[in-house]
Amino acid sequence: MSGIISYGAYVPIWRLNRDAIGAAWGRASFGGERSVANNDEDTVTMAVEAVLDCLSGIDRNSIDGLYFASTTAPFKEKQCASMVAAASDLRPDIITMDFGNSLRAGTSALRAALDAVNSGSAENVIVVAADCRLAYPRSDYEQHFGDATAALLVSKKGKAIANVKASQTISNEMYDLWRLDKDTFVQSWEDRFIIEHGYTENMSKAITGLMKKQNLTPASIAKAVLYAPNARTQQQLARQLGFDPKTQLQDLLAANLGVCGCAHTLLLLVAALEEAKGGDNLIASSYGDGSDAFLIEVTAEVDKVKEGRRGVKGFLASKLALPTYERYLSYRGILEPQPGEAFRLFPSASVSWRERNWSLRFHGSKCKSCGLVTFPIQRICYQCQSKDDFEEVRLSDKKGKVYTFSLDNLAGRSDDPVIPQMVIESDLEKARIYSIMTDCDPKLIKIGMPVEMTFRRIYEGGGMYNYFWKCRPVR
Amino acid sequence: MESIKDKVAIIGMGCTKFGERWSSGLDDLAIEAAYEAYEDAGIAPKDIQACWFGTVTAPATGIGGTHACNSLKLRIPMTRVENWCITGHEALRNACFGVASGMYDVVLALGVEKLKDTGFPGLGTGRGMGPVLEARRTSPGSFSLIATRYFYTYNLSPEEGKKTIGKIAVKNHNNGSMHPKAHFRNKITLEQVMNAPIIAWPLGLFDCCGNSDGAAAAILVPASQAKKFRSDPVYIKGLGQSFDPLLPHARPNFDWVNWDALQNSSRQAYEQAGIKNPREELDIAEVHDCFTITELAIYENFGFSAKGKAKEDIDAGFFELTGGLPVNADGGLKCFGHPVGASGLRMTYEVYKQIQGKAQLPERQLKDVRLGLSHTFGGPPQVSAVAILGRELDKSKDKYR
Repeated sequence: MSGIISYGAYVPIWRLNRDAIGAAWGRASFGGERSVANNDEDTVTMAVEAVLDCLSGIDRNSIDGLYFASTTAPFKEKQCASMVAAASDLRPDIITMDFGNSLRAGTSALRAALDAVNSGSAENVIVVAADCRLAYPRSDYEQHFGDATAALLVSKKGKAIANVKASQTISNEMYDLWRLDKDTFVQSWEDRFIIEHGYTENMSKAITGLMKKQNLTPASIAKAVLYAPNARTQQQLARQLGFDPKTQLQDLLAANLGVCGCAHTLLLLVAALEEAKGGDNLIASSYGDGSDAFLIEVTAEVDKVKEGRRGVKGFLASKLALPTYERYLSYRGILEPQPGEAFRLFPSASVSWRERNWSLRFHGSKCKSCGLVTFPIQRICYQCQSKDDFEEVRLSDKKGKVYTFSLDNLAGRSDDPVIPQMVIESDLEKARIYSIMTDCDPKLIKIGMPVEMTFRRIYEGGGMYNYFWKCRPVR
Repeated sequence: MESIKDKVAIIGMGCTKFGERWSSGLDDLAIEAAYEAYEDAGIAPKDIQACWFGTVTAPATGIGGTHACNSLKLRIPMTRVENWCITGHEALRNACFGVASGMYDVVLALGVEKLKDTGFPGLGTGRGMGPVLEARRTSPGSFSLIATRYFYTYNLSPEEGKKTIGKIAVKNHNNGSMHPKAHFRNKITLEQVMNAPIIAWPLGLFDCCGNSDGAAAAILVPASQAKKFRSDPVYIKGLGQSFDPLLPHARPNFDWVNWDALQNSSRQAYEQAGIKNPREELDIAEVHDCFTITELAIYENFGFSAKGKAKEDIDAGFFELTGGLPVNADGGLKCFGHPVGASGLRMTYEVYKQIQGKAQLPERQLKDVRLGLSHTFGGPPQVSAVAILGRELDKSKDKYR
């Protein structure tokens, strides 16, 4: 029997108060706030964050597979999982797969990972689901949606924090929510139809089917972890299934996060595991073109994983307020930012490929002769001139401190008018790193401030999205 | 290793009006500088035997020596040089070597830059930089890193620090106001400097040099032949140049105060010229004030001021026209802008004119200038070039070290 041995999550630091959305359109606010990915984030960068959270304290070389799920992948042709795996500094001889096209993609990836470890084709597979869906400006969904990522590490041999005992899948064909291949924004049919014949009907079928097979009563379930388009619909379903919404229902996180597409079921499961105790039975169920439901039994090991992970709770608590609705539109590319000076040095696929060990894996070089650590990788030591006598060392998981900085207005654009330029002194052998600081209030930056590294999309150029690492204040 | 001292002389120089030269192209600027130099030297284009041509990057630069050749119609050996902000000095330096080797007797060193065709104010981003590592890196963004760390190292509050470097801007604008070829000829007050919009904190508008078009040129001959051309040639006393490996941002243990390239390039030039105490021996210095903090760093790395003590000299007015060592007497990059390929030769033009006593207006002529220095500094990684010029040949026996 396969189990979950670790979890991780990621919520972008920016939150938009829903009152700002309501005020922008002269309509009611649904209250609370939603998360908004920064303009240098996409589902690939957000996936790296959750993977690293999930793998804290775990040997990255033990990972045999990475499954990436998203309905908002930055590429139509090109795998995201391979880039997430590279930035996460995983082994190259692993299974990577992308899952997409459905709100159920996150749990589809989980199911596939469970099957892989059960069949013996891999020992440890990490599943990561990320979404940044765009709703039409002014629509209800614009207020309901949020951006986030969740990751689960599935293993046959490791010490399980939760065992997946059984599952039930329903497949259903209908147009309820969809995007055509050319659509930017989510389309939908009338709410009353899609809730009755889409959501409620399919979720009920999956969950009651699962419970019937396992001879379970609602009373034997500690927490129902139910995806839903909004909190009211979730509570109605819980009641209908016989769960007490007050005590047995995992909060949807609608008020302070939003509903985060195909990542949301896994995200709610992480939130539930953060509060769970050994022996708890959980039902986790996703919705999208049908439903996946899982019966999960929590073990006492869960307490050991709670420390050292930021998870949903940690990342939700760490936040900055997005000042305006317009900034949200700009961050998400709905408003086109005023361009800065054009880049004259074009990205090159072959250069990026040669530089992948420092640009994606964020390795520096450590001189075997004198011990100096330099970033990027140097073939000839800056200090002792020894040639090709170095080992690569990972700097992405090391914290550092600001050595000097500037707040650059000239480099700014309308969507990020101030670019904080940093020199960082890494906690690893005081290696120096040139870095832009993101996710910060520039006014609070000072010399000596602790920072950590974060994988970001730097800019679009040469027909490519170009990724690299930045730093941010420790979250 | 021999010294370049007293082997080469400058017998003519030219310098365009610097500024937003909308109606002049790269070719026009090259012609303007070269023909002033020909006239000053009393030679004709046919007398030129070789040319070193420096330009860096502008939309219409083209490659190779094409522009200089096409515009000047010179049918001679022609070499294009490019080395960041020291490009003008590189044209001069390599032309000197052409003469000193005995290969050529009359050589043109030409530096030209047409920045105002880029459509972007400021030196901008994305020129010759790594696509991801240096994305969004700008010149003010990089040089302000020096200021932040300098203020921290020497315990200056941001306000004290900004005031200190702000006085450099006030000085250079005062000097530039008297120069007919300067781009900016406005005097400014410290209050204006302090209240100016921030470009890259802590540097404000007046801490940054302008974005200008310009060109400058020099005619070089062997020192032994110089007096045949004119009674007051100016002699090359020393040429220093040094690079630092790695972006300073990435350089392990770098303190952002001690710049090897500055120290090495100036030391080489001092040694060749026989200068022991530059603060006392130099009569003028034209240094790379791309930003006010850069000029301050140069004071301390060139031996003009003790480490951490530049503030005292600045407050005492030591580098003003009436001070012990006038720095950037023509207004510097602050008032001429930084048309990259031209700057090194433009600074050398000021030292040359001051040594000859031919500064354009009497109010800006320094008294009895015998020895002067011009300097450019760029990158990153850092590259620094120093030229030392003198009025007289050294008659002493031990003139070569």
